[in-house]
Amino acid sequence: MTHPRNPGMPLTTDWFDRVQVNRPAAERRAATLATRRSVKKEHQAAWLVNAIQCTDLTTLAGDDTPDRVARLCAKARRPLADHIVEGLGLARMPVTGAVCVYPTMVAPAKRALSNSGIPVASVATGFPAGLMPINLRLAEILYAVEHGADEIDIVITREHVLRGEWTALYDEIAAMREACGEAHMKAILATGELVTLTNVYAASMVAMQAGADFIKTSTGKESVNATLPVSLTMVRAARDYGDRTGVKIGFKPAGGIKTAKDAISWQILMKEEMGRDWLRPDLFRFGASSMLADVERQLEHHVTGRYAASHRHAIA
Amino acid sequence: MPTVSEALELMDYGPAPESTAAAMDWLKGRTFGHFINGKLTKAGETFATVSPATGTELAQITQGTEADVAAAVKAARKAAPGWAALSGHDRARHLYALARLMQKRERLFAVLESLDNGKPIRESRDIDVPLAVRHFYHHAGWAELVADDFPGMRPHGVCGQIIPWNFPLLMLAWKVAPALAAGNTVVVKPAEQTPLTALLFAELCIEAGLPRGVVNIVTGDGRTGAALVAAEVDKIAFTGSTEIGRLIRRATAGSAKALTLELGGKSPFIVFAEADLDAAVEGVVDAIWFNQGEVCCAGSRILVQESVADRFVTRLKARMNTLRLGDPLDKSTDIGAVVDEVQLTRIRGIVDQAVAQGAVLHQAPIPNGPGSFCPPGLLTDLGAANIAMTEEIFGPIVSLITFRTPGEAVELANNTRYGLAASIWTENITAALDIAAQVKAGVVWINGTNIFDANAPFGGMRESGFGREGAREGMLAYLTRDEATGPLRKPAAAPSPAPAGASGDAIDRTRKLYIGGAQKRPDGGASYAVKGAQVPLGSRKDIRNAVEAAHKAGGWSKVTGHNRAQVLYFLAENLAAHPIGDAEEHALAVQRAFYWAAWADKYDGRVHATQSAHVTLALKEPFGVMGIVAPEEAPLLGLVSTVFPAIAMGNRVVVVPSQANPVPALDLYQVLDTSDVPGGVVNIVTGPRGELADTLAKHDDVAALWCFADPETCRNAEIQSAGNLKPVWTETRERDWHGPAGQSREFLRRAVQVKTVWVPYGA
Repeated sequence: MTHPRNPGMPLTTDWFDRVQVNRPAAERRAATLATRRSVKKEHQAAWLVNAIQCTDLTTLAGDDTPDRVARLCAKARRPLADHIVEGLGLARMPVTGAVCVYPTMVAPAKRALSNSGIPVASVATGFPAGLMPINLRLAEILYAVEHGADEIDIVITREHVLRGEWTALYDEIAAMREACGEAHMKAILATGELVTLTNVYAASMVAMQAGADFIKTSTGKESVNATLPVSLTMVRAARDYGDRTGVKIGFKPAGGIKTAKDAISWQILMKEEMGRDWLRPDLFRFGASSMLADVERQLEHHVTGRYAASHRHAIA
Repeated sequence: MPTVSEALELMDYGPAPESTAAAMDWLKGRTFGHFINGKLTKAGETFATVSPATGTELAQITQGTEADVAAAVKAARKAAPGWAALSGHDRARHLYALARLMQKRERLFAVLESLDNGKPIRESRDIDVPLAVRHFYHHAGWAELVADDFPGMRPHGVCGQIIPWNFPLLMLAWKVAPALAAGNTVVVKPAEQTPLTALLFAELCIEAGLPRGVVNIVTGDGRTGAALVAAEVDKIAFTGSTEIGRLIRRATAGSAKALTLELGGKSPFIVFAEADLDAAVEGVVDAIWFNQGEVCCAGSRILVQESVADRFVTRLKARMNTLRLGDPLDKSTDIGAVVDEVQLTRIRGIVDQAVAQGAVLHQAPIPNGPGSFCPPGLLTDLGAANIAMTEEIFGPIVSLITFRTPGEAVELANNTRYGLAASIWTENITAALDIAAQVKAGVVWINGTNIFDANAPFGGMRESGFGREGAREGMLAYLTRDEATGPLRKPAAAPSPAPAGASGDAIDRTRKLYIGGAQKRPDGGASYAVKGAQVPLGSRKDIRNAVEAAHKAGGWSKVTGHNRAQVLYFLAENLAAHPIGDAEEHALAVQRAFYWAAWADKYDGRVHATQSAHVTLALKEPFGVMGIVAPEEAPLLGLVSTVFPAIAMGNRVVVVPSQANPVPALDLYQVLDTSDVPGGVVNIVTGPRGELADTLAKHDDVAALWCFADPETCRNAEIQSAGNLKPVWTETRERDWHGPAGQSREFLRRAVQVKTVWVPYGA
C-alpha cells in the first residue's frame, strides 16, 4: 500500500440516499468503454501482464485441499512460462496480486507462498451468503487473520441493503473492519443480489464509510457476478468517496471474468474513470481463477506469433 | 514503440491504427466522375477531396455542371415510371440488396468516411455505417408495404437530394432509402468535402443491379447544388445549414416542388438536480463531443439546475480532460478532425466572439501540426444573449448556463430560433415527460442523447426545418396525393369600397373582423364592397393583432381532444341552426364539423419499434398558431374544411376568408361565439388576400401556413416563409370541397408536427 488506509467515518446517509443511478446510461457507458479504447501490440502485452499483477488468483471450491492450494500458489509465483517472460523482455517473473482462498486454506497458502511477498487473501464472514450469526462471522475473520491472512474478503448481509437498513449494514461492516485489524478488508457487496445500481451505489458508500479498503462486486457464487455497469457504479462511488474524504479506495471485480479481453475491458474502465493509480494492485484486483490461463495464451501468441494451446502451459 | 516493460510502467494506450490499406487501394490514383444513368461518367473539371486530419489529397472529384445535373435528372426522369411501376416486392429486393452489399463493405465504408470527413473510426464503424445499413433494411420493408399502407398516395417522381458533410453516408441513406422505397428516382448531390462514400455507394448500385437512372449521383460544390435545386425535379430534400435552407426555400417557391428541410439547431441539454449526474456528463460526451460537435441535433446548450451546477461542472471538466483528440483512424480517438479549415475558422470565430462577450472558455490546448483539429471545450459565465447561446457553432464547444425551476428550464430551452432536439436528464419521469411536452423540438431524448433509428422520425420544428426522416412519418415526405385537380386559382381583384348594389339587409348590418373572440373594427377603419355588403378591409396590423390573440389562446392546444371535439360538435349543432351562405355548402359544413370533431381525439401518435428497452413515442403536436388563406371558391365550405381540422388538432388559426365573398365567414363568427369556441382560437381577417397572405407568411410568430390561393399569392407566401422557415402548404388548383378531397387525411397530416420522444428504460 502506497496510500493511507481508509479510516472510515460515521455513517452519512445523505452521501447516497438521493443518488439514483440510471441503468440504461450506465450500460451505454459500459458498452462503449471498450469500443472507445484499444490497446495493441506491446501495449496490449503490457496491459495483460499488468492484469496478472492485479489478479487475486482464486480457488473457492468445496473440494479444495492443501495440495490443490499449493499448486495454485505455485502458479501465482510463476504465472507465465519462462519463455514468455523472456520473450516479453520482462526483467523478472511477474507475480499475481494475491492468492484468495477459504479460511481453512490460509495456512497451506501461507506456507506455499513463503518468501514470495504474495499476500494471502481469505474470504470470511460466512462466505458466500453471509447468513450466519455476527459473532461467528467475526470469529471467522479472527481465525483467518490468526492463520496469517493479509487480506480479508468479507461478505455483507444483503438483507440490510434490500431493506434499506443502512445503520445495520454500517455497524456490521465496521465491526468486521475492526476484527480485520492490520489485514486489509475487501467488502463483497454481492451486487447480483442487490440488483439495482442504485442499491449498489448505496451499499458501496456504506461499506466505504464503515472502513472498507476495497469494495468488491461478487463472491463468484451469485447468478450474476461482475459486470461492467456494476463496476462503473462502484468505482464512481469510490471516486465520490475519495472526492469528499481524500481517501483512495480499491476496487475488485470478481466472478465471471474469464478472458484476456475482459482483463483489458476492466482496466480501460479503471483508467478512464479513475486514472492510472487504479491500475496498480494496491487499488485494483481481479478476482479470477480461469482468466490467467487465457492471458497466458494471449501473451504466448504475442511472443511467438503462434496461437497457443493451454495444455502447453502449467495449470493453476 | 516502447518495450513491454516501458509500456507496463506507463500503462498508456499506445497507437491503435485502423488499416487504411483497402481504402487506399480503392482510391488509388482515382479521378472520379459522376454516376449517371447507371454508369460512372468520365471526370470533368475536378477538385481535390482531402483528409482533414492530414491535409493530404485523397482523390480528385468532378465539379458537376448544370449539364451534368440536367443529364442526371433526365436519366432519373426516364427511369421514374418504370421504377414506380415495379411491384413493392421488386423494389424491396433492390433495397435489400443494397443493404446487404453495404454490410459486406462495412469496414471500407467506415474507413473511407473517417478519411474523408475526419470523424473517429469508432463512430463511423459503430454508428454511421450500421445505422445507414439499418436504414436500407428498414426501407426495404417500406418498399414492400407502401402500397398497402399508404393508399391513394404516389411517389413524387424525381427527387433532388442534397447531403451534408457531417454524416455523408448516413444522410445519403436517410434520403435515398425512403425515396426509392416510395418509388421515386433520385439525383443525389453529396457535399464537396465528403463525396467518397457516395461514390462507393454508386458502385454498389451497379453491383446490386439497380435499374439505370434510379440513383444518380452528381458531385460538386454549392453551385452544383443550386443547379439541382433549379432543375426539373419534383422534390428537393436538403440537410444542411439554416442559411442555405432559406435560399432553397426561396429558390423553390412557386415551383410546385415539394420540399423538406433538415437544418441547424441549438439544442438544449437540460440537467435537473434529480438527474444521475454521471449519466448526464456522459450524455454531454455523446451530445457535443460526438462527431466533433458537427451534429445538427447536438446538445450544445447545457442548462443545469443551479443546485447541482458546481458538481456537474467539476465532473464535466474532469471528463472532458479524458477525451482523446487526434488521428481519426486511431481506434482510441474520441475526437477527430473538423471537416475543413473553413469550418475550423468558423468555430474559432464564434468562440472568440463568445469570449469577447464575456464567456469563460475551458479548453485543452490546441495541438500543433497539420490537420484541422479543435479540442473539446466548455463555455461558462454566459448570458442568454451571448453568441454561443444563440448561434450554432457546429464544433466540439458546449455552452452552459443554469436555471432555478422547471419553468425556467423550459423558458430557456425554448429561447431559440431553432427546434431540432432536446435532451432531458432527471430520474423523475413525471417531471421529464412534462418538460418533454413543453420543449419545442422535433426529437426529445430523456436520459439519453443522439439516439437514432430508422424507425424513429427525425426532424425539426421552427427554423430547424420541416419534414421528417425515418419511420412511417418519413415515408410521407416521399409520397404525395393528387387531390387538387381543378383549374388554377385566379388572383382576387383589388378590393373596392364602391358598393355593387344595395345590401338587401332589412337593417344595415355591420360586419367586423373577428379577433380574440371579439368583433373588431379594422385598424385602418375602412371597408370594401362585396356583393350585397360592406365588409371590413383588414390590413397587416389586423393580422398582427389576430396573431397576438391567437397566441393568447394557448389553452386550446393543451385541452384534451375530447374537449375540442365537444366544442366542434356544439359548433355543428349551432351551425345547423344558423343557415349561412349556400345551402349545400351549409349542410356539408355541418357535416365537416362532425367529421373533424370525430378526429379530434383519434389522430394520435405512435409507439415505434426501435431499440430494445427504449420507448419511442411519435407524438403529434399542433403547430400552435397557424395562418390559413382559405380558398376563394366555396366561401363557407372551403373555410370550415380548412379551419376545422386545424383547430381540431389543437391549433389556433388566423384565417383569411374568400375575398370576394367573405360574408359567410363573417356570419360564422356569431356561431363560433355561441359555441364555446374560446376567443382567439379562430380569428377572421377579411381584406386583400395577397397582402394578408404576405403578412402571415412574413410573420415570425406564425408557425405554419396553409395557402389555398392563386399561384402568385402561393409563390410569394413560400418566398416570405423563408424568414422563420414555417412549413407552407400551398395549393394553386381548386379542390372539390364537396367531395372526399374536402376532408382528406392530408388536412390532419398538415395540421400537426411530429415530436419523437425517446425514453430508455431499465430498473
